[in-house]
Amino acid sequence: MTHKLALGWFSFSCCEDSSIIFTEMLNDHFDEWSKVIDFQHVRILKKNNKIHNLDVAFVEGAIASEHDEMKLKEIRKNSKKLVAIGSCAINGMPAAQRNTFDEGKMKEIEFLIEKFHQAKKVRTIEEVVKVDDRVMGCPMSETAFLDVLNKTLKEFKIT
Amino acid sequence: MKDVNIGIQDISKIEGHASLEIKVRNNEVTKVQLMFTENKRFFTQAIRGRSIDVLSQSVARICGTCSIAHSLCCIEAIENAMGLVVSQQTQLLKKLTMYGLMIRDHALHIYLFSLPDVFNKDSVLDFTPEQSHFLHDSFDIKRAGNKLSTVVAGRAVHAPFPQVGGYAQVPTNKDLKAIIPDLKLAREKLFGVLDEYYDCPVNYSRSTDFVALVGKEFDFLEGEIMNTRGLCIPEKNYFEHLNKTVLPYSQAVGYKFEGDTYMVGALARINLNKKGLHKDTRRDAKKYLRVFPSQNIFHNNLAQGIEILHSIDHALEIIDTIDFKPEPKLVFEKKACEGVGVIEAPRGTLFYHLDIDAKGMVKEGNIVVPTQQNQINMELDIKNLVQNTIDKLSKEQIKYEIEKLIRAYDPCISCATHFLKVNWT
Repeated sequence: MTHKLALGWFSFSCCEDSSIIFTEMLNDHFDEWSKVIDFQHVRILKKNNKIHNLDVAFVEGAIASEHDEMKLKEIRKNSKKLVAIGSCAINGMPAAQRNTFDEGKMKEIEFLIEKFHQAKKVRTIEEVVKVDDRVMGCPMSETAFLDVLNKTLKEFKIT
Repeated sequence: MKDVNIGIQDISKIEGHASLEIKVRNNEVTKVQLMFTENKRFFTQAIRGRSIDVLSQSVARICGTCSIAHSLCCIEAIENAMGLVVSQQTQLLKKLTMYGLMIRDHALHIYLFSLPDVFNKDSVLDFTPEQSHFLHDSFDIKRAGNKLSTVVAGRAVHAPFPQVGGYAQVPTNKDLKAIIPDLKLAREKLFGVLDEYYDCPVNYSRSTDFVALVGKEFDFLEGEIMNTRGLCIPEKNYFEHLNKTVLPYSQAVGYKFEGDTYMVGALARINLNKKGLHKDTRRDAKKYLRVFPSQNIFHNNLAQGIEILHSIDHALEIIDTIDFKPEPKLVFEKKACEGVGVIEAPRGTLFYHLDIDAKGMVKEGNIVVPTQQNQINMELDIKNLVQNTIDKLSKEQIKYEIEKLIRAYDPCISCATHFLKVNWT
């Protein structure tokens, strides 16, 4: 086997709980994964990261600014497969809780939204780009992630 | 005479997103702006109107890595507000919950985030075959912390068992004792990394104040607020001694303590209370403990390692000596009240003030997290570092040193950016 799965892990607006689950899964899976996975973009593990020609991008968090939207589109463009990870990425919550604020609360945060160039509405990953697969949970379910990862390895004929 | 602009975008190997801008004119550092660029999720507003029945689970979502600290601090604030005094067993379960968190969270930081800086590597993934055992040591230690959290609190992230007035489920003694070999293995593995940090010559010293919740047992939950200048105040008065400082360029506010910048976290705790550590930790970490008190921020890594050892030692003692029994949670009538919770989260002092109405809904919540308290101190340390190296190192070398310094603080940007309640002028 020469080709490894080129993997990217990305976080947008969220508490990064699934990133923590992912790093904890390394405790038991690192030896096996390091044989078949090239950790090409994992900011929590390394500085020199590349968003280029990824086989799979795992994306957690919701999209709360134009900057995030552009970055997500760049990730999509450079990834053969994109998987939305966890509750904020899939249904927006709780990162999108400000979408449900009443008028009073909205008024309070209005100037901050403007000052820091945040989007009027927080969106799910699927509202911005095409999503190929999902791993549910808050944080993500470990077994569901393993299922999707193993399925992806098969799709890319990496054994 | 040197004019330099230094910019670092999206600092790696930290929790959350941060960037930095520095300006040097005629060899003088004229601007240091550390910007927390994480998008806010407005928890301050979101928790208003939320029931205290679900609050500790809501605030757990502020931060994935220290979610347990947020839950426990929130629960403590509610219990103090309602006048609840939990059982001794519940208090011991809370201590074990904190120990599980400290073991896992500190190990993530000192091995995966900061250890590559000791070996001048980009990542643990780049370690040589001789160094790679550290990666496997980290897995053994994190696994032990995870197991402790799972058995005691139900899960390592967003733990469901700790609740107001008690634990939804009390662990069995059999399940607790089953973790002993994992904790002992973790203890054995830890000394390798302690030696590396002890021997590492990196020095980011600058005179500053250190603040922590200091208690007799070093359990991260009980005690009084102390600083290196000898002040000692009850935890409920902590906020009165803080000075909120608006940083218009960052999506978070900073804090001063008694008008001065300060540091919170493991280094502060060990500087202020190394005598409170478990006796086995004091015995076996004697060599490392001589380093403290220390002004060197890089020693925060060594201090975190010592706290892992303490957490293991006290957890082993509790598991070995306490007979845990099923116990119902305290029942209480909701009432209009206010309460404060203060605990030591992995990165430092965490403060919750909750104002609750007669139906048990939150009227107002005020939360101060460790990274907000360290932000101004970090900027001053960065300024000091750049000023001292501007003639000696290249721009790239200075950038790397700055990142090492920031990582040594172990900042948590997810936490720091979600409570903003500022009136910008």
